[in-house]
Parts: sequence; C-alpha cells; structure tokens
Amino acid sequence: MLDPILYLKVFAVGGLICLIGQVLIITTKITPARILVAFVLAGVLLEGIGVYKYITEFAGAGAIVPIVGFGAAIAKGAIEMGAADGIMGVLAGGLVATAAGIAAAVGFAFVFALIFKPRTKKC
Amino acid sequence: MVDEQTKKSYQQYVEAKIPKTKAWPSLFHAFWVGGLICCLGQLLMDLLLEFMPGMSKAGAAAWMLVALIFLASFLTAIGVFDRIGAFAGAGTFVPITGFSNSITSPAMEFRHEGIVFGMTAKMFIIAGPVIVFGVVGSILVGLIRLLTGNLL
Repeated sequence: MLDPILYLKVFAVGGLICLIGQVLIITTKITPARILVAFVLAGVLLEGIGVYKYITEFAGAGAIVPIVGFGAAIAKGAIEMGAADGIMGVLAGGLVATAAGIAAAVGFAFVFALIFKPRTKKC
Repeated sequence: MVDEQTKKSYQQYVEAKIPKTKAWPSLFHAFWVGGLICCLGQLLMDLLLEFMPGMSKAGAAAWMLVALIFLASFLTAIGVFDRIGAFAGAGTFVPITGFSNSITSPAMEFRHEGIVFGMTAKMFIIAGPVIVFGVVGSILVGLIRLLTGNLL
C-alpha cells in the first residue's frame, strides 16, 4: 500500500519548499512572517494559473503540508465555488475550503493557552 | 543631525550581537525536517485511506492537516516545538505546523495580558496577515477565473 517512490517525491518536494524558505532567511533580511505571506501568495498564484494541482498530483503531502498548499487551497475554494455560485461563491469559497484548518488551529491554541503556562525563555 | 559615527558603530555592535545561524547546516536541517514532516502527513493520509471506509482523498487530506495542526499546537504548549524550531528553522515553520505554532505561541505568551486583548487578539499576529493575504488573493484569483470563464 505504501509507495516508496511517492514518499521520495513527498520528501524531496516538501523539503525543497522548506529549503527555499531557509535560503530566504539566511540570504535576505525578510522576516519569517513575511516569508509565510509570500509563500501563501505563491500558492494562490500557482493555483490561479492552474499549475498547483499538478504539483499536488506529483508530490501529495509534499505539496499539501507546506503553507504554499494553504494558499493553493484557499484559491481553489474560491475558484471552484465561484464556478458553481458566481460572485458569492468567490467570496465564500476560500474560507470554506480552509475553515477546518483555521478553526482547528484557533481551537487548539485557545484550549492549550488556557491550560499550559508558557516556559520562561532561557537567554 | 545624527552622529554618523555613533550610528555606524552601533550597527556593528548589533551585527556582532545577533546570533549567527550557521548557513550550511541550517539549510540541510530545514530540508530534511521539512521533508520528514511532509512524509508524516503522507503516511497519515495513506493510513486513513486504507483503514477508514468511505474516506475520500480530500477528507484524508483535511484530517491529516488537522492532526498535524494538533501535534504542532501541543508540542508548542509543552515547550518542545521551540527547540525543534531552533534546530530546523524553515523546516518546521513553512509546513502547516508553523502556522499552528504561530497561533498557539503568542496565545500562550500574551495570556497574562488578559483573554480578550491579550490571548485572543495576539493569536493572529502572524496568522492574521497570512489569512488576509490568502483571502484577498483568493478573491482576486476567483474573480479573474470567473470572468475568464474557467479557460484553464
């Protein structure tokens, strides 16, 4: 059931996307938050021109897990719901497609922030 | 007029104090940790598709992302994520785990400033821009594709 060639592709593509991020951190003064925004926009653009689905077909989770995949998913939602429902679909589709992830991240953060005390950072 | 000399020497002082990331090892660690996190995601998806009857590909991807988000949030809460992050850099914050960490981490840090203006407001200090640019971009792309009649 597990295809070793697929896992190689997942590792290579996922790793490569992270590597690009690390290269940007080292060689430029762009802050990590800006890099995340740039990666999301890259995902939106790649999905917009219809390219990202081929990357996902090729690399599976290697394309879904990086934040670029979040950008692609939000664009895909807007495009697909737009095709079905028009302008209201364009407005709703992006957040509908990514709502589960955002809600999960917010929900877990809320609960854990109430339960756990932050560790004092050692300098 | 600002004393250029002072400005320059302060700049040098700051440069010297900034912790240096060793370039080559950090690139290597970002690559393999990032790749490994994606492989963990793929494994979760494959297991869901194999053992859960009626699981769709999209459903498996969604469950997998939620699982990684939970894992990253929990590891952040117990203080482990920061250590992995310091080691792997972009390898942990470019995957969805970094998105989750970027919400849980400030939520915990600003808890002492209150629930509303501390914890829940500061949650989105990084995730906010990510979501805003994602949404605005998706509206633009969605409108363009709607107007061009899905030529692609």
